[in-house]
Amino acid sequence: MTVITGTRPSALDVDAIRADFPILQQERDGKRLVYLDSGATSQKPTSVIEAMDEYYRTYNANVHRGVYRLSELATARYEESRVKVQRFINARSAKEVLFTANVTAALNLVAYSWGRENVGKDDVIVFTEMEHHSNIVPWQILAQITGARLEFIHVTDDGYLDESDIQKVLELRPKLLAVTAVSNVLGTINPVRELAARFHEAGTVVVVDAAQAAPHMPVDVQDWGADFVAITGHKMLGPTGVGVLWGRRELLQAMPPFLGGGDMIREVHLDHTRYAELPYKFEAGTPNISGGIGLGVAVDYLSALGMDTVREHERELVGYALERLSDVPDLRVYGPPAEYHGAAVSFTLADIHPHDLAHILDQENIAVRAGHHCAQPLMERYDIAATTRASFYIYNGQDDVDTLVTALYRAREIFRL
Amino acid sequence: MEDFYREYILDHYRNPRNRGVIESPDITYADSNPLCGDEIQIDLLVKDGLVDDVKFSGRGCAISQASVSMLTEMIEGKPIDEVKEITKEDVLELLGITLTPVRVKCALLGLKVLKSGVYGIEAAEDEDL
Ligand SMILES: Cc1ncc(COP(=O)(O)O)c(C=O)c1O
Repeated sequence: MTVITGTRPSALDVDAIRADFPILQQERDGKRLVYLDSGATSQKPTSVIEAMDEYYRTYNANVHRGVYRLSELATARYEESRVKVQRFINARSAKEVLFTANVTAALNLVAYSWGRENVGKDDVIVFTEMEHHSNIVPWQILAQITGARLEFIHVTDDGYLDESDIQKVLELRPKLLAVTAVSNVLGTINPVRELAARFHEAGTVVVVDAAQAAPHMPVDVQDWGADFVAITGHKMLGPTGVGVLWGRRELLQAMPPFLGGGDMIREVHLDHTRYAELPYKFEAGTPNISGGIGLGVAVDYLSALGMDTVREHERELVGYALERLSDVPDLRVYGPPAEYHGAAVSFTLADIHPHDLAHILDQENIAVRAGHHCAQPLMERYDIAATTRASFYIYNGQDDVDTLVTALYRAREIFRL
Repeated sequence: MEDFYREYILDHYRNPRNRGVIESPDITYADSNPLCGDEIQIDLLVKDGLVDDVKFSGRGCAISQASVSMLTEMIEGKPIDEVKEITKEDVLELLGITLTPVRVKCALLGLKVLKSGVYGIEAAEDEDL
């Protein structure tokens, strides 16, 4: 199991954390904001906002080019962030840490650059039924381009990957497995390390979507042993527009570039180009400098809390939420028990459509997500159009769960249930 | 909120009028709201330029379902020409509640499907001429 439950029992000081988030200080009609949509994007602490502001106000310059002070400073801060991320995910080298726009861009980079070079006609590409669209569509496109075949690992009724499907696809010796570390809908924490080991035995390259893992639990890419791991900054206290692709160095070195342009070259002649070394080979064009700097500060914030502690806090909180929700009549939760459950809790309540429910909750200043959560195959699997999703983070406490549950009873009344 | 989810809205949601499909419709059209995945299909039988029968299917929130249910009641037996004239405002008035912009989309999905359907047949008729 890749879940590392905390050895430190110290829960987070939620009140102190809330004080670091300006947005949580606001009220609407005397009701404080109960933000339960961190699965879509997290809120940002003052330190992240100020670091980005400071860049624009005091040392805004392009990176990797100028010889003047400002540019040197911007480059240093930007590259410092790369090292912070490297440590955060325990990558062997910062050269394996590529900045991208988000997790979607990271996964597409793998599909286009590694995929077009390495996947051929009749090769098998596997992904699971619980993937986000961004870990589905790039592989469908790759299959169309290369003539590869798609195979799927389905999901059981209680929200786990189907073991018999895993065995079936392993026999096909697939070229690639794309799997999410944590489901953004069911909350399922998948056994990434075990999957990587088993698929490696079949000669499969393993791509992990860690968008919902990196914000919430320790991610150790060496321990996982996968080949590519993608994360996205805005779900982990960082700004939008910056993500990370970690890749095994040998693979990255052998891969052709994805985008061509400035910054990714060593020398350019009219008829040919020699590419830059890692990670710059994959970072064409002026990057999201303030975003990279902001992500570094976000990583500092999380590291100071300790990811074991964050996981422990959320395990407790999700456990409490699952318990309270199970008391609400006609409420159905999708996904596994707290031990195997990340920060997202999806549910339906009687015949109330999730949109109506989210609208009613909004009246109490509770922000939840209602819809298919960019996981339509999973919705089809459970034969539902949508769910309501409450997703928790470091600034959420039991009081948020209580407010949510009270509002759910209110929704029942409004719908005359 | 009670005001929003009024008795008649919930009634149309739970007991939709004209729910179903028509075997060989003269007009059929389906569309969805990509935001929430809600989808509505409307089937029409047209006789002598009048709506002879109408059915809708699909799924969605109380607002979209109540809205399309009321809309089907409204157009039964009406000339297609009049159906074409139905406006957003008509539908919102029919619902009788004030909606936020996101929920307006829910309320108007049915009308959007209906209009796409009836204008489609107009184009087809024009070609016959
Ligand atoms: C599991 C998962 N994968 C991928 C994504 C896409 O993230 P982004 O939009 O930042 O690329 C999300 C977020 O919506 C997600 O939850």
